[in-house]
Amino acid sequence: MRIDIPIRTSAPKPDLVPPASLNAPSASPLIEVSNLDLHYGTTRALKNIGIQMHGHVVTAFIGPSGCGKSTLLRCLNRMNDLIDGVRIRGSVKIAGHDIYGKDIDVIELRKRVGMVFQKSNPFPKSIYENIAYGLRLHGIRKKSEIDAIIERSLRAAALWDEVKDRLHRSAMGLSGGQQQRVCIARAIAIEPEVILMDEPASALDPIATARIEELILDLRKQFTIVIVTHNMQQAARISDYTAFFYLGELIEYDTTRKMFTNPSKKQTEDYVTGRFG
Amino acid sequence: MSTLAVRSILPDGFPRARFDVISFFFTGLTGLSTVLILAILAVIVGNVVLLGWDTLSWRFVTSGTEQDMFDVNKAGVLPMIVGTAARVILMTLFVVPAGVITAIYLTEYASRTSLTTRIIRSAVNNLAGVPSIVFGLFGLGFFISFVGFHADNLLHPNAQNPVWGKPGLLWASMTLAVMTLPVVVVATEESLRAIAPGLREASLALGATRLQTVIKIVLPQALPGILTGGILAISRAAGEVAPILFTGAAYYMANLPHSLADQFMDLGYHVFILSTQSPNIEKTRPILYATVLVLLMLTFALNVIAILVRSKVRRQMRAMQ
Repeated sequence: MRIDIPIRTSAPKPDLVPPASLNAPSASPLIEVSNLDLHYGTTRALKNIGIQMHGHVVTAFIGPSGCGKSTLLRCLNRMNDLIDGVRIRGSVKIAGHDIYGKDIDVIELRKRVGMVFQKSNPFPKSIYENIAYGLRLHGIRKKSEIDAIIERSLRAAALWDEVKDRLHRSAMGLSGGQQQRVCIARAIAIEPEVILMDEPASALDPIATARIEELILDLRKQFTIVIVTHNMQQAARISDYTAFFYLGELIEYDTTRKMFTNPSKKQTEDYVTGRFG
Repeated sequence: MSTLAVRSILPDGFPRARFDVISFFFTGLTGLSTVLILAILAVIVGNVVLLGWDTLSWRFVTSGTEQDMFDVNKAGVLPMIVGTAARVILMTLFVVPAGVITAIYLTEYASRTSLTTRIIRSAVNNLAGVPSIVFGLFGLGFFISFVGFHADNLLHPNAQNPVWGKPGLLWASMTLAVMTLPVVVVATEESLRAIAPGLREASLALGATRLQTVIKIVLPQALPGILTGGILAISRAAGEVAPILFTGAAYYMANLPHSLADQFMDLGYHVFILSTQSPNIEKTRPILYATVLVLLMLTFALNVIAILVRSKVRRQMRAMQ
């Protein structure tokens, strides 16, 4: 089945702003992306993206493979800098700072905007060392302090009870879901404000996925979470806002409830109801 | 299609296995080549052991050549063992850091497609194809006549004889290091590329710099590969004579080398001397074989040390995987 989707020409357009109802009154957005264009070599992967996200909510990016959602996510902590041939135009502001500005310290940015990857990637070290690594990078050297943060992070990642007796054993010996929670614990240990999650549960079984989802709902109290997901039910279950991307464009951005019950664009409706994608 | 598939699984429909001539031929060919390589190795090593074993003695490996290097009962190879071991170990100290840093630059920092990267990479590959005697001449021309000469002008302006501007242990080791650089670079590069990109991303996403990521995450993972590079470099360098011919090896030294500027006697070079300078080839032949045997054993010993270190590192890594 072929579905024709009108491709819009990308004239500058106003940033999509979340409706005020769900936000703290008059709070200014934590993340502001405007007129963002990204090229991989000659391919234009992001087209004129404008989106604003508020603090302490979960925003889900959905859309078919190759729609640019992961690319946009990786713009938020400048992980795309590492890829050859990437050119970025436009602006990304986090807490008012242009993160592509000249005076930005990328190290400090990545400390404040943490990331959890699709494929769990614990270091081939002990569980303890996995979490201590980030702490030492940021100058925390006192063992008692490190121990305390490790316990707190593992508790926050709902992993403490499972691993407290084997902190000094390799993280590679854990199950896939546990490994991913070590990665989450590692990310939250350095106390970022924003956590970016790139399909964090896509390689996990349903039970492990459910635990990660519960965890995300829990973490929302302390952190701002932006999550890329292929799983529509997951977006519906855990996010407050949902943004739908298609072919490098942001098609629609609204409260998750509205996106899944009464989207204003036909494309969004087709996608969330599973008619394409 | 489907009827064919069904028929072929019927009990009486099984096609008889056919004898595949081409498979048989190529399987035989690969087996034969393996046997051939093993046979060549066995012949060489067996020949050396058979003809050299009787001359090998404690006295032979612990005494020098002060009395007569061509007399079976008086000749010894201690200075050559010391010289060869010293130049190989020194070379390792030079080539491993240089090679590892080059490989880190190529895989972790440089853009994969940039002109600089391509120039460096093809330079490294071409280095591997240069004949070893050319490295010897390079060492003479660059290290001794240029670096050594200017070092003498700076450090020993009033010396009668050149100190650094002549063949010596340091220059021979450096020449060998240049020769074995590609081996280390390629082995290290391969092991760096085998590391999951996710580990680097995880480290950078936590706010590590590239340097911190390389030192704390990437290098520990690449250590076995780096050691493999070292082992290959040692094997290649230990038996080489041409690069040290003009850069450090001596026909005869009364003393063991006690400084990096000193010349040294060398097992490989000594084999060459014994086979070309002897007044009586027949009488020196046992010394010749015994010297070759000692060279093989020394190379083997240096390799075993490196392999033991590597397996220890691997064991430690496996405990964390």
